[in-house]
Amino acid sequence: MMKTSNRPDASARSRPSQSRRRGHRSPKSDVKVFSNLSHVALAVWALLVILPILWTFLASFKTNTEIFGDPLALPENYGWDAWGRAWEKARIGEYMLNSIIVVFFGTAGTMLLGSMAAYVLARYRFPGNRLIYLMFVSGLTFPIFLALVPLFLIVNNLGLLGTHTGLVLVYIAYSLPFTVFFLAAFFKTLPTSVAEAAMMDGCSHTRTFFQIMLPMAKPGMISITIFNVLGQWNQYLLPIVLLPGNVQDKWVLTQGIANISTNAGYEADWPGLFAALSMAIIPMIVVYVIFQRQIQSGLTSGAIK
Amino acid sequence: MRHGKYPFIVGFLILPVILYVVFVIGPYVQAFQIALTNWKGVSATPQYIGLENFTKLFEDEVFWAAVRHHGVLLLAVPAITIVIALFFSFLLNVAGGSKGGNLRGIWGSKFYRVVYFFPQVLAVAVVGVLFQAVYRPDETGVLNGLLNLVGIDNIGWLVNTDLALWSIIGVIIWQGVGFYVVLFSAGMASIPKDVYEAAALDGAGRFRLFFSITLPLLWDTVQVSWVYLGIAAFDAFALVQVLSVDRGGPDNATTVLPLEIWRNAFTYFKFGYASAMGVALFFMTITFAALTLRVTRREKIEF
Repeated sequence: MMKTSNRPDASARSRPSQSRRRGHRSPKSDVKVFSNLSHVALAVWALLVILPILWTFLASFKTNTEIFGDPLALPENYGWDAWGRAWEKARIGEYMLNSIIVVFFGTAGTMLLGSMAAYVLARYRFPGNRLIYLMFVSGLTFPIFLALVPLFLIVNNLGLLGTHTGLVLVYIAYSLPFTVFFLAAFFKTLPTSVAEAAMMDGCSHTRTFFQIMLPMAKPGMISITIFNVLGQWNQYLLPIVLLPGNVQDKWVLTQGIANISTNAGYEADWPGLFAALSMAIIPMIVVYVIFQRQIQSGLTSGAIK
Repeated sequence: MRHGKYPFIVGFLILPVILYVVFVIGPYVQAFQIALTNWKGVSATPQYIGLENFTKLFEDEVFWAAVRHHGVLLLAVPAITIVIALFFSFLLNVAGGSKGGNLRGIWGSKFYRVVYFFPQVLAVAVVGVLFQAVYRPDETGVLNGLLNLVGIDNIGWLVNTDLALWSIIGVIIWQGVGFYVVLFSAGMASIPKDVYEAAALDGAGRFRLFFSITLPLLWDTVQVSWVYLGIAAFDAFALVQVLSVDRGGPDNATTVLPLEIWRNAFTYFKFGYASAMGVALFFMTITFAALTLRVTRREKIEF
């Protein structure tokens, strides 16, 4: 039995030249062809991803005439004029600062309130627990567009339309379902013994949470923080609804970029647009390359759960 | 559980629950109510008009155009994205040839995974602006410039009504594939190596390996991906709003329900009508999710 099963493998290895001469493909060369074709396919997609981004970066150094010339030509001079114009005149600097403020408070608030709610729902038994949990999780299934009109009216009635506070509160509220869902599952997996020991020693519920449970939940907290930072940074719908045109100084980056693209035609500053675009993309590349492992696991964690 | 359990529970839950009820649950419930009114404009006093918004909706050509586009998106986006992602993740994980019966990943697979995933971290609005330059209809567009090199005439990617939606689908797939490559790769890595070895020893070729082993063992992940991509097919708002000609054009050729909801609500201030569209969208999404979960349910293979 052993001999027969080994034979094809052994013969192929011992007489590769012969089989090739006869015009048969040996398994090895077959693998090679397959592997080469795979490389071609994979490289084509990699180029499809890289080229548009690279082109944008190069276009930021071109002049208007160059941009409307041969799209595949390189810029003649490399100057940062367009970048300066985008930062100052097209207000990218301001929009980026706004984005940073909103996402910082939005994510911090989401993580604080989300982890508190998730912890209580995961580890304490009380009447209504299940109901509150289901209320949070049900938010995962509703399309946000359904809530759009009433949301706008409520924010308007609270006097928060066109303010960062309003946007931050709405970001927190809409980030809660996933945050609570994921963190509650995470808190359930943590051992109970440590918390019980702390309580025995007279540690209060609140202190147990902040000083013992929260540090233990660090891996889950990191994943969800990344998820929320990216989600809130890239949000476009909520800003254009809640920060309307009359408060342009409050706008966030995605909103600003989309607006520049509509205006670029009138003002004929295409290099400025591509510089603005590059400014939005390059920090993301840097952050992504540094944290790519955490980002990949953070973003896919939602699908695996 | 001494130190007063209930004050602690209430203290921890009160803020998140209030925020959530005010900004999420409240609006969702109110949307159903507003859908039954003729509310138009912020200061107007709305009146209940029963299901009139919905009868109007069913006669609205733009609404049906949007529904048709969701149908196309629903069929094309998940199918194409999943096929491409499965193909690439299979290449990345098992195309490296076998050494001592072990199937290896291809050389450079880590690099590819990093690059493919990148579009996922970009904002859809940013991607939309980026592709305006790619899709420009004359020879100054990046794509047309490339095609001119091989002798193909200019194509009006976004101005041709037959092509515009497909151009947008192309961008959705461009952005999404990397995410599913990473997701499927993780799934493939968790399939025990000896399953492959056993099949390879039995003489199974690569296609056989893929269809008889990888795909069945990955079915759960594929199913979840299908639901995700399908739900995303009911969105597409940011991309259509930023990228398409005339926001949903040309001639409503790319419009989607979220865009119409936004337009009716914040350009025409028809709050009642926009909410009715929201309700329609809600039922479509829920029906889709329930149907897919039912249809794709299979026996789970333990390994």
